[in-house]
Amino acid sequence: MSTDIGEFTDQEYKYGFTTDLDTDIVPRGLNEDVIRLISGKKNEPAWLLDWRLEAYRKWVKKPEPRWQNVHYDPIDYQDISYYAAPKPKKSLASLNEVDPEVRAMFDKLGISLAEQERLSGVTVAVDAVVDSVSVATTFKKKLAEVGVIFCSFSEAVQNHPDLVQKYLGSVVSNQDNFFAALNAAVFTDGSFCYIPKGVHCPMELSTYFRINAADTGQFERTLIIAEEGSYVSYLEGCTAPMRDKNQLHAAVVELVALEGAVIKYSTVQNWYPGDAQGRGGIYNFVTKRGLCAGANSKISWTQVETGSAITWKYPGVILQGDGSVGEFYSVALTANYQQADTGSKMVHLGKNTRSSIISKTVSADHGQSTYRGLVQIHDTAIGARNYTQCDSLLMGKDSGASTFPYIEVKHPSAKVEHEASTSKIGEDQLFYCRQRGIPEEEATIMIVNGFCREVFKTLPMEFAVEAQRLLSVSLEGSIG
Amino acid sequence: MILKIENLRAKVGDKEILRGVNLELPLGQVHAIMGPNGSGKSTLAQVLAGREEYTVTGRVLFDGEDLLTQTPEARAFMGLFLAFQYPVELPGVGNLYFLRTALNSVRKQRGLEALDAVDFLAFAQKRMDLVEMDRSLMSRSVNEGFSGGEKKRNEILQLAILEPKLAILDETDSGLDIDALRTVAKAVNALRGPDRTLLLITHYQRLLDYIVPDQVHVMTEGQIVRSGGKDLALELEHDGYLADAPDHTLPVGGTP
Repeated sequence: MSTDIGEFTDQEYKYGFTTDLDTDIVPRGLNEDVIRLISGKKNEPAWLLDWRLEAYRKWVKKPEPRWQNVHYDPIDYQDISYYAAPKPKKSLASLNEVDPEVRAMFDKLGISLAEQERLSGVTVAVDAVVDSVSVATTFKKKLAEVGVIFCSFSEAVQNHPDLVQKYLGSVVSNQDNFFAALNAAVFTDGSFCYIPKGVHCPMELSTYFRINAADTGQFERTLIIAEEGSYVSYLEGCTAPMRDKNQLHAAVVELVALEGAVIKYSTVQNWYPGDAQGRGGIYNFVTKRGLCAGANSKISWTQVETGSAITWKYPGVILQGDGSVGEFYSVALTANYQQADTGSKMVHLGKNTRSSIISKTVSADHGQSTYRGLVQIHDTAIGARNYTQCDSLLMGKDSGASTFPYIEVKHPSAKVEHEASTSKIGEDQLFYCRQRGIPEEEATIMIVNGFCREVFKTLPMEFAVEAQRLLSVSLEGSIG
Repeated sequence: MILKIENLRAKVGDKEILRGVNLELPLGQVHAIMGPNGSGKSTLAQVLAGREEYTVTGRVLFDGEDLLTQTPEARAFMGLFLAFQYPVELPGVGNLYFLRTALNSVRKQRGLEALDAVDFLAFAQKRMDLVEMDRSLMSRSVNEGFSGGEKKRNEILQLAILEPKLAILDETDSGLDIDALRTVAKAVNALRGPDRTLLLITHYQRLLDYIVPDQVHVMTEGQIVRSGGKDLALELEHDGYLADAPDHTLPVGGTP
């Protein structure tokens, strides 16, 4: 058994390598000139530069939020480089021309940039983002045949400016909060998806985010628009090298679902979590929000958060259309010195809107997990319903879990349910497994996976397997 | 001897529960331990299986090897199985998956290849029929929402799958109606054999009508105080545990 543990601790974070890429990087620091430089590099229209500058001017006046239940040393925003891009050898005519170094890096991460069906028979289109830019997007042509636009944000600005201008900031404005304003000022790339009316997107869309360069931040922006009666399932994955210094990742994701549209958004977040002493790791400060603009639309978030030194995010849904549905399924694991303050916001505006929140947190070692959620039922939301369930599992005496549910109800017809539980892995459960010949480590992982199953089963198959594996690897060093 | 217990003592805190147990179980036999509530029967079962909250002294040989220094999983690998009085629920862990993981873990220790899901299902189905287990229970979480009888059947199913040398059945009859008791007893009888020893722990003689033991031991206040043939159970049922020992019973820890 001891050799098994050794093997696992060695592979604790297997994505921690760096790739030697020729990178175009701007000097550290943030001011209006840097924003102009970024906007210029990306050849952006004037309205977008103005939008960025407006965000920046709001940001400098905003105090950094301190209410979250996490602790970190102050971030020096002038000590970060806001733009880093692997230099393309030349402009790409096809995927075959992707820099071999970049391709090799993605191969090492297990992400294929080749347009082939996976073994499982599921086809997944990938937008690969390294540091500040998208380096490749697969299956673009095939998706275009049914009218689906899937490309990097930068490309969308060039090729679909009207759509971008119409929807950018429509769900998360450029002054929404401190980190969202920072993102709006300096965001460099991300993914853009547009699903036309009545189209069921023929494959899973995904973005793989990779931080490679040192001393940079990653500020990506994703925008997904699902027109009337359309359907899309979107996945994102993230990794970063192991470094002693913390790196900031402040992303914004906006989703818009029109009448009868369905957007399913799944995240497996595995940013570098820092080492066993709590050194290094990514600060993952993210704003994700969906707008159910049309009647009977649905937005479903699933997140599995195993990485990052600090995770701070509340994917939410604004339920504007009558009969619209918002869902949030989350597993947040904190081990070593990781901290997570995460949950969901469900804002009910329309009639008969429904939302459900299922949150599972697992805290090991010195890990601290907080669920923070807001359920808001406005006076227009006749017959609205919410169900919230927060379960916390504690492993180890130094770990902690907290729950902060906020509920605001302004209509008497609302039905709001909240259930919460905190448990430890039972000695009885472990003994039972061990008596059957299942060693302690394996038994613990089995019990934790069981605890999270309700959430994992909402993930697409391949991601569910990956999520279980990640959970095992993240826990291996923490048991016994 | 598959099991040889010598002067086994167990404490929780300052409270001594086992006060010098002596017992020998030959391979291939069925023995029963009877005794009133609180006499230490279940503690004996837990201590033998390796439950960690007891302070244990004495000596236990399992198949000639020292048992008490082993972890619970190592004892399972050696071939010791405990059917729990209160089977534990594992929310979200599929029953079939749990059984396969356990079997493959034990097989690995015995130098056998792991069974894949398909082979395992074929292997398990025969045993599910043996305990008349409803197939729908296999896709549910381990013991979650199972009735009392279903939980006990699930324990016997695990016994049938793991094929141990020594199976301790802790109050397997409690909470079973007469039909369920018959089914469970039939399955247990089918699992008797020259290479397997069963130790039944029970309050009531009723179980022993269906699973007839080679020997019966009486435990009170943390010791085996009487041992005898199967008729001893009937006598206990009639006279209670506190009746004086008649002449024909054997000395403590004795064998016929």
